[in-house]
Amino acid sequence: MTTVADWLGGACLLAGALLSLVAGIGVLRFPDVLGRMHAATKPQVLGVLLLLVGLALRLRTASDLGMIALVAVFQLATAPVAAQMIGRAAYRSGRIDRELLDADELSDR
Amino acid sequence: MTDDLPPGRSAGDAEPPGGPRPADLAPDAPAPAVRRGGRRRDQAVALGWLVAIWVLLWGDLSWGNLLAGLVIGAAVLLFFPLPPVTFGGRLRPGALLVLAVTFAGELVTASLHVAAVALRPGFRPRGAIIAVPLRVRTDLNLALTAEVISLVPGTLIVDVDRDRGVLYAHVLDVRRPEDLADSRERILAVERRIVRAVGSPAEVRRLSPEPVDRRNQP
Repeated sequence: MTTVADWLGGACLLAGALLSLVAGIGVLRFPDVLGRMHAATKPQVLGVLLLLVGLALRLRTASDLGMIALVAVFQLATAPVAAQMIGRAAYRSGRIDRELLDADELSDR
Repeated sequence: MTDDLPPGRSAGDAEPPGGPRPADLAPDAPAPAVRRGGRRRDQAVALGWLVAIWVLLWGDLSWGNLLAGLVIGAAVLLFFPLPPVTFGGRLRPGALLVLAVTFAGELVTASLHVAAVALRPGFRPRGAIIAVPLRVRTDLNLALTAEVISLVPGTLIVDVDRDRGVLYAHVLDVRRPEDLADSRERILAVERRIVRAVGSPAEVRRLSPEPVDRRNQP
């Protein structure tokens, strides 16, 4: 039972690390701020969640599980807010590439 | 309370005139009277969560931790008061489960999608910003929907018009005009799942003129 949990935990840690790596590559490669925020939210959040699941499967103590649940909840709650604040600041200060936008329904608000 | 449904909007609701409209508004009507007691209740709930977070941060449940959590939680509520977000709905376990499972699945799809776009060689993904008016304009629904759509495939919240209940979302990897319509549909589907999970009966009824989404039938 513990070996299974260890292997599963290891797989989760590896998958989480890979997703975090891809998120980093995305932040580097996407052409504008808004695209980069996509990379900084979705694969990044799932990467952290997988790392946390991996940790939980390896540690298996009640106090660690509480802390891990807390990190997961705050990650889910704060990552979109941070991305929105950065995206909104970029939009309002004109630091977005309009060439890349097919439509912009915020401009005629 | 009734002003959260301006004429332009209710006209599009396609409900029979004089039909369910008064009943629709009835659950909202006693809100001002409830407000004062509701504020107390909201603060008590917030204090409970703050104590739980404090205890989880310390990692063990002891009287000392509980007491310190109560004192610090009360101080936080006293010195950093937030605008009240009243929870007027009810929790529906079945719909909550649908919301959670769909969200987990969409988070995985979204991550793989962004990963694929990020790793595609020599590709500049095109985007768009779309405005999506929500049907239920409570602060709670706006906030939850905005949070969730940033984590589901294709969309990212950029700005919120709180008064008009409009979310402005950035769509990544737009190739055809239909992609924009799909994203709009997806955001409204997220709203529908959230309202079904935590909304009040009147809010759920507000969704009903929309065609039923076949994917989230439990």
